[in-house]
Amino acid sequence: MNHVSIFVLDQDSAYEFYVNKLGFKVHTDAPMGPGMRWLTVCPPEQPDLEITLMKIEDGMMFKSSTADQMKEMVKNGTFGFGVFECNNLLATYEELKTKGVEFTKPPTKEFYGFEALFKDDSGNWFSLGQRK
Amino acid sequence: MIHESYPEFYLYKRIVHAKLFIDSKYSHSIDLNNIADEAFFSKFHFIRLFKKIYGKTPHQYMTVVRIEKAKQLLQTKISISEVCYSVGFGSISSFTGLFKKAVGLTPSAWQLQQQKIKEATLASPLNFIPNCFAEKKGWTKKSNFEEALF
Repeated sequence: MNHVSIFVLDQDSAYEFYVNKLGFKVHTDAPMGPGMRWLTVCPPEQPDLEITLMKIEDGMMFKSSTADQMKEMVKNGTFGFGVFECNNLLATYEELKTKGVEFTKPPTKEFYGFEALFKDDSGNWFSLGQRK
Repeated sequence: MIHESYPEFYLYKRIVHAKLFIDSKYSHSIDLNNIADEAFFSKFHFIRLFKKIYGKTPHQYMTVVRIEKAKQLLQTKISISEVCYSVGFGSISSFTGLFKKAVGLTPSAWQLQQQKIKEATLASPLNFIPNCFAEKKGWTKKSNFEEALF
């Protein structure tokens, strides 16, 4: 896989979250006309996986009513877009918490592994696991 | 609660804050002995734990941070020497050598490469976007993106 999309409410705020808090690298940041921007980021160890930070807006992609519904659903934490892995969950948890990332579940040993859950600035949630 | 469930969390917390200290003070002359002292570790214990968590010694990590910051600054039009000193390297030769070892290009070659990518992205953004997404957004070859450039 080389592209995956995450729907976000605001691209500037998503940039701040994914780049300055999670430490992702900007892959492409292209202005596409007034109010439009193609913004992709990559986890630092996966430079070929572009995560598109896709702004939810009415237009070609969504009808106005659909865009409004999507925004509400994202805000309410409906979507879990993926699982990230780190070398040391307790250390990563402490670092991200210090940077202001909101965790909805602290590091917990489950039968399937050691994991925590966090939300991005829009409301999308992710699992953060520890490599075995 | 975390402290009770995972007693080692206390140690990790001190290492993480030492790492964040490096993240914020990379441009200064940092004495790693001081960081170890502030984290209440012996230097040996500090380096061992830091490497266990981050896979690098504190010194190696600080070099990585400086190189990454240099890459950000080189995307602007700042001169190589200004970048070198503003991220905390003491000499152009050590900066150039470490940068080339990490990135594979000299700072000036990398700056030029990034400048070309930036210009190409602005001139033909559709070359960097999968066509299915571009079409869904209504961004086609016939679109005029000129407003975006100013």
